[in-house]
Amino acid sequence: MKRRDFVQMSSLGAGALLLPTAMMGNTIATEALLAPGMDVMVKKRMADVALNTAKSMGATYADARIGRYLNQYVFTREDKVQNVVNTESFGIGIRVIANGTWGFASTNSVTEDGIKKATQQAVAIAKANSKFQKEPVVLAPVAGQGEVSWKTPIKKDFKDVPVSEKVDLLLSANAAALEKGANFVNSALFMVNEQKYFASTDGSYIDQDVHRIWPTFGVTAVDQAAGKFKTRQAMSAPMGMGYEYLDGLASEKLEGAAGLKLYRNSYDMVEDAAVAAQQAKEMLTAKSVDPGKYDLVLEPNHLGLTIHESVGHPTELDRVLGYEANYAGTSFATIDKWQSKNFKYGSDIVNIVADKTQVGSLGAVGYDDEGVPCKQWDIIRNGVLVNYQAIRDQVKMIDQNESHGCCYAQSWNDVQFQRMPNISLEAGKDPYSISQMIKDVEKGIYIAGRGSYSIDQQRYNFQFGGTVFYEIKNGEIVGMLNDVAYQSNTQEFWNACAKICDKSDYRLFGSFFDGKGQPSQISAVSHGSSTTRFNGINVINTGRTV
Amino acid sequence: MAIYTEEQARKIMEKALSFSKADACEINLNGSESGNIRYARNSVSTSGYRSNQTLVVQSNFGKRVGTATCDEFDDASLERVVARAEELAQLSPENPEFMAPLGPQEYDKSITFVQATADITPEYRAEVANASIQPAIENDVTAAGFLNDSAGFSAMLNSNGLFAYNKSTGVDFTVTMRTNDGTGSGWVTRDYNDITKFDAAAASKTAIEKSVLSREAKAIEPGKYTVILEPSAALGLLNGLGYDIDARQADEGRSFMSKEGGTKLGDKIVDERVNIWSDPLHPEVPTATWNGAGQPLKKTSWLENGVVKNLAYSRYWAEKKGVDPVPYPSNFIMTGGDASLDDLIKSTKKGILVTRLWYIRSVDPQTLLYTGLTRDGTFYIENGAIKYPVKNFRFNESPVIMLNNLETLGQQVRVDGNLIPYMKVRDFTFTSLSDAV
Repeated sequence: MKRRDFVQMSSLGAGALLLPTAMMGNTIATEALLAPGMDVMVKKRMADVALNTAKSMGATYADARIGRYLNQYVFTREDKVQNVVNTESFGIGIRVIANGTWGFASTNSVTEDGIKKATQQAVAIAKANSKFQKEPVVLAPVAGQGEVSWKTPIKKDFKDVPVSEKVDLLLSANAAALEKGANFVNSALFMVNEQKYFASTDGSYIDQDVHRIWPTFGVTAVDQAAGKFKTRQAMSAPMGMGYEYLDGLASEKLEGAAGLKLYRNSYDMVEDAAVAAQQAKEMLTAKSVDPGKYDLVLEPNHLGLTIHESVGHPTELDRVLGYEANYAGTSFATIDKWQSKNFKYGSDIVNIVADKTQVGSLGAVGYDDEGVPCKQWDIIRNGVLVNYQAIRDQVKMIDQNESHGCCYAQSWNDVQFQRMPNISLEAGKDPYSISQMIKDVEKGIYIAGRGSYSIDQQRYNFQFGGTVFYEIKNGEIVGMLNDVAYQSNTQEFWNACAKICDKSDYRLFGSFFDGKGQPSQISAVSHGSSTTRFNGINVINTGRTV
Repeated sequence: MAIYTEEQARKIMEKALSFSKADACEINLNGSESGNIRYARNSVSTSGYRSNQTLVVQSNFGKRVGTATCDEFDDASLERVVARAEELAQLSPENPEFMAPLGPQEYDKSITFVQATADITPEYRAEVANASIQPAIENDVTAAGFLNDSAGFSAMLNSNGLFAYNKSTGVDFTVTMRTNDGTGSGWVTRDYNDITKFDAAAASKTAIEKSVLSREAKAIEPGKYTVILEPSAALGLLNGLGYDIDARQADEGRSFMSKEGGTKLGDKIVDERVNIWSDPLHPEVPTATWNGAGQPLKKTSWLENGVVKNLAYSRYWAEKKGVDPVPYPSNFIMTGGDASLDDLIKSTKKGILVTRLWYIRSVDPQTLLYTGLTRDGTFYIENGAIKYPVKNFRFNESPVIMLNNLETLGQQVRVDGNLIPYMKVRDFTFTSLSDAV
């Protein structure tokens, strides 16, 4: 993605925080977030204008998405509010099949005239491109859903919470970090509400209200005399929840190894900021790692990103087939490996499920952006690759006739395509805690939180950092480490998976701004797991002198 | 019509400004029209067209600031958007870092707009796709590519008398060619303000040649190698240095540009042959001559003979530090040499030619250490000639170390709006092998 596709919102930690321009819309007043938007009956009438126009022009299929996308972002640093942004984006996207070819057009003029014009444009594009079309589109069948609706099950709508309360929370977190000796704190709250209406010529009229939230910060400690600095990022996860995620419930707190404070479905931002300051200072003098082979104990808020990159992306069918070859790349998880029914992606205990229904997850919706009811399905079972992630125009290529329901567009303005559902590692079946896991490790490193990540275009070779690292010697944590990154090959890594903690340790990691496609679109996705051990992984030392 | 003339833009903004009751008001008006085509598996997959226009109003009462936007420009909409910005300003907490809008400025005339680019049609885009797909089929390879073109304008007016206007065009093209046996991959990138400089067939031919040449790569041991970096590979790492020139971050002690008790401004940090500057009027990589805050953009030196010449100062930080503001650059130009790629290969006893670096991520902001991988054409050089393709490597390297290990600078090429030379660098650190093609 190019830098000019982003808007600089603030500086978070050491690097500038850039938001995709697509996340912006028209700036509105806070009260306007609460305005009801277009009535559902009017949306149905408007969607029918698109569907009827498309059919009358010879389209064999059409769908219309009327979307109202509301975002609120709050940015602070130390004791200052840097920015409060409310945005709204409203319009309609129309997708058609004509001459066996897709066409798409969109407009912010949600009127009969505007919709007719956009639909005509979509059909004209489909017909023009059909000249170079070599693979006519074939859609897997989906039953018309009739008039249905779905809502993220939230307890507190962020739009009902005053901005002052949000600002107070961030400034309290900043103050807690400064009090514990941090030099700088940048904190932010991202809140998203997608109000989207989908209609198709299959007879579906689907109204959905989707919520997501992400509180985050970077706490920096500086040793001016030594010319050194370290930043500790938040241990929060972006979630498919309402503002109740910020309640900081004691019942949702967990203790990790090394006394780490970790969070499940409720986040205590002030507490985490105070701990972050102490850890950032500790990082300034922590021991630099000796490179070599270690058994890695990976905490869910770290492992989620490894799952995302090494299992999530390579099992996207459009990548496997070559549709993303020019940008994100292709995949090592080729069709022949899946067809063999014995491709060992991981060890026997590795079970990976795809899912669009898990409560609290970023991927959960009732129906995807082409009207398919959402579900859960296996990607890896007992270590063997058993399926991919595919949508209506793809499943025939893997001899299936039911879409997996993972089609998504970032807004009404963009065409929908295959996006990653939640991809999660099932918890271990037998009771096994994090403290037992640490006891069983002779020479290892415990890694918590997300860090630097990089993987090749076919998803073989990867390198990951983390937020905090602790050395394990003979079953005990002996101290903090610096300069840690691990390098491995996806198949070798997952086959080195030796032990998984039970479900009491299971939590979600999230990616709020996952990019894919040209022009690039973002989506949000969760990855659940319990703390997991991988044996004999290559660790490098990333310390340098310049 | 999303592209307004200078007079049309001024009229709309003057109307909006006439509704302002705030201490100061600043208006930005932007519009663009863009089209794209995407292809994969030797077939067109999607194409699109987009037209956007936005007016942004920033109003302030003292240090209370509010911003509002709209995309309709009739009198009633303009009055509403100004009123909304003022309401938001009244409700906002004071921003101690707010800077009042600038007064009138002198700007150079930009050279960013080319009518031929603005005139691109859907048929032209389809022809570009075909210029990749047909030769791909003939050469037993598969093309996947993307072309995006745009034309647009930006304008600005404020209550202190500042007015600015600019029109620009741009086109970006990338194509990946993969051999049908799955063992070779080649890639090119091209970008221009002027579409008449673009030759889709020639670019596609280069990518096809690379894909065929890179088939059945051999594995060689990772380690430290002399590398010849093509300009897009070099830019991947140079960007890391470019993102780190903020004076405030450096002063606060949390940047590569920080050092014990101060910053590296004035220090020699890389080889003395390294000169990097920005220039909005460079004919190969022109940009607007003003930024979104209304500051004039001028030719600015960042690294001169290896010495840090400037850091970027926001207006707020400059005032606090008692220095002149230094706007962020809109492009980077790095001095090159006369050597062609062939010359660089001929003068290399043992080394690696790198087409492209991919998935580049920061590992340590303190040292600017980055990791990533080679992609789409990596070749082993021995005794002045390419011997064979090699498997891709993961690297862990800092642009600062890279520019200290400089051997030779070659000819410059435009990449992503910047002008970057081919460069030969010794002891480039590859840490592992990748099986990816």
